[in-house]
Amino acid sequence: MATRLEVKKTYKLYVGGKFPRSESGRTYEVTSARGAFLANAAWGSRKDVRDAVTAARSAQPGWAGATAYNRGQVLYRVAEIMEGRREQFVAEVAASEGVTKPRATTIVDAAIDRWVWWAGWTDKIAQVLGNLNPVAGPYFNVSAPEPTGVIGIVAPQRSSLLGLVSVVAPVIAAGNSCVVLTSEQRPLPAITLSEVLATSDVPGGVVNVVTGPTAELAPWLAAHRDVDGIDLTGCAGADGVDATALEVAAADNLKRVLRPAADEPDWGTTDLERLRIFTETKTVWHPKGL
Amino acid sequence: MSASAAPSRARELLGVSALTNKALTSWLHGLPGIDAVGCEGRAAALSTRSIKTDAKAWAIDTAISMIDLTTLEGADTPGKVRALCAKAVTPDPVDPTTPRPAAICVYNDLVGIAREALGDSGIHVAAVATAFPSGRASLEVKLADTQDAVDLGADEIDMVIDRGAFLAGDYRTVFDQIVAVKEACGEAHLKVILETGELATYDNVRRASWLAMLAGADFIKTSTGKISPAATLPVTLVMLEAVRDWRDLTGVQIGVKPAGGIKTTKDALKYLVTLNEIAGEDWLTPQWFRFGASSLLGDLLQQRRKLATGVYTGSRDVTID
Repeated sequence: MATRLEVKKTYKLYVGGKFPRSESGRTYEVTSARGAFLANAAWGSRKDVRDAVTAARSAQPGWAGATAYNRGQVLYRVAEIMEGRREQFVAEVAASEGVTKPRATTIVDAAIDRWVWWAGWTDKIAQVLGNLNPVAGPYFNVSAPEPTGVIGIVAPQRSSLLGLVSVVAPVIAAGNSCVVLTSEQRPLPAITLSEVLATSDVPGGVVNVVTGPTAELAPWLAAHRDVDGIDLTGCAGADGVDATALEVAAADNLKRVLRPAADEPDWGTTDLERLRIFTETKTVWHPKGL
Repeated sequence: MSASAAPSRARELLGVSALTNKALTSWLHGLPGIDAVGCEGRAAALSTRSIKTDAKAWAIDTAISMIDLTTLEGADTPGKVRALCAKAVTPDPVDPTTPRPAAICVYNDLVGIAREALGDSGIHVAAVATAFPSGRASLEVKLADTQDAVDLGADEIDMVIDRGAFLAGDYRTVFDQIVAVKEACGEAHLKVILETGELATYDNVRRASWLAMLAGADFIKTSTGKISPAATLPVTLVMLEAVRDWRDLTGVQIGVKPAGGIKTTKDALKYLVTLNEIAGEDWLTPQWFRFGASSLLGDLLQQRRKLATGVYTGSRDVTID
C-alpha cells in the first residue's frame, strides 16, 4: 500500500464568525516546543485587527442583549464541543507547550472545566457584583453591572489553552465581545478553540481570533478607539512588547486596562478580577412609593 | 442654455424639422449598444486601484466636498434637518480644515428650514421635486411641486423622470416633462434622476442619459435611493461615458450624481477613480460630480481622522446621519 501523504495545514483567522485569510496574505510557521513543524498560521496585520474590531462591535449589542440564561447555555455548549475535540486539544497542548501527554490531558480537562465554571456565572454576575444601596431618601438605589463593550485581549504567551480560556471566558460571560491576539509561538489551541466556537452557538463576531506577532499587532489594538477595554496579560514574556506604551495608547479613549503581571500566572486558580474590570456599574435611582 | 432652447437644439442635433416620438426613438435606439459583460468588467477593473497616503487624503477631502448630504424620510423633522445642516457646516468639530459638503438634499417642504440653518455658509440646498420618488403625478402637479421648491429658495432641483413613459417608449413625454421642469427651475440647477434600478438594461441607461441631456439637464443622477439596486459602478460608468460623449458632440458639460448605497470611503474612491478614467479630470470637482449620500460622510470623516492621527477611530466618534 502506498504511503499516505501528510496533510499540512495552513490555518486562517477567525473574524466575524468566518475564517478569512490575513488581508496581508502572510503566514508563518508554527513549531512545537522542540522545534518540529506543526502547521502554518496566518500572520495577521493591522487591517485584520481593524476588521476584527468592526465585527466585535457589531456583534456586541446582540450578545449583551441575550438573556443571561441563554448566554450560559451557549457557553456550556462550547464546553461540550471542546470535550468532543479533547484528543486534538491534548495533542496540540502537548506539542505547543512541550509537556507530556498526561500533563496535557490534565491541562485540557482543567480548561474545559473552567469553561463550564464560567458558563455558570452568566446569570449570577449581578447578584455578586451588583447591590441594593442604602440611601438617605425615599428611593430604591440599585447598582448593576453591565458589559463594558468590545474588549481587546492579548492572550497569555505560555499557557496556550488553560490561560486562553481563563482570559476569554469571563469577558464573554459578562456580555462583552472580544478580539483575541493569540500566543505568538503557541497559537494552535487558540485556532482549534475558534473552530469550536464556530460550530457552537456563539454568534459570529463575539470572539474574534487573530494570530501573528504580538509586538506588531498589540499597538493597533491598544490604540483602536472602538475598543473599550484591553487585557494586557499576554505582554508578559512577549518579544519586543512594551506594555507601558500600550497602556499609554489605551488611555486615549479611556479604555479599561488590565495590566500584565511581571510573570505569567500559572492559571491553577481563577477569580472574578476580569469580571470586575470588564463590566461597568450602572446605578439607578427609583422612586419608592409603589 | 435657456430652457426653451432645448427643443430647437434637439431638432438640430437630430436633423429633423419636427421633434416627434418617432424621431427621438430612432435617434436614441441608434446609440451604440452596451456590452454588459465588458462594462461590468471595466468597472471591476477600475475598482481594484490602490489609493494610499497623500492621494487618499486628497480623495477623501474631494469626496467630502462632493457630497449632497441627504435626508429623505417621511419622518424628517425640522430638528433633524437643522442637525444635518449643522453637521454640514461643521463636519468635524475637532478639525476645522475639514471641507464642507456641497449641498443639503431634502424634501420640498423642508427647504426653508435648511436654507435658514445653512445661512451664508455657501452650502447649497437641493430639493427633490416632481412627485419624488415615483414621479407618478400629472405635469401640472410636478411643475407646482418644482415651483414650490424654487420659491422656498432651493438652489438645485432633483427631479425624477417618468419611468413608466420611458419604458413604454414614450420618449417625447419624458423629454417634454424635463423641458417644462427645467423652465420652472429658473436659475436653479436641474438634476434629472433616471432611477436606473428600474430601467433594466445598460442600453436604457444610456438612452435615458442622452434623453435627459437633450432636454436640458444640468446633472444626470442615478437613483432616488428608494429602489434597490441604487447607484452601481457600471451604471455610473455608462452615465460618465454619456456626459463625456455629449461634451464632445455639443461642447456642453453635464454633471453626474450617483446616489444611494455609497456608504464607505472605499466605495467613494472607486467612483472617483472611474470618474477620472472615464470622464476625465475636468469632472473632478463638486461642480460636476456629486455623491447623494448620508452615512458616507461619517465614514469619510473616520478615515480622514485615521490618516491624521494614525489611530483607528471608533464607530461612536462620529455622528450617525
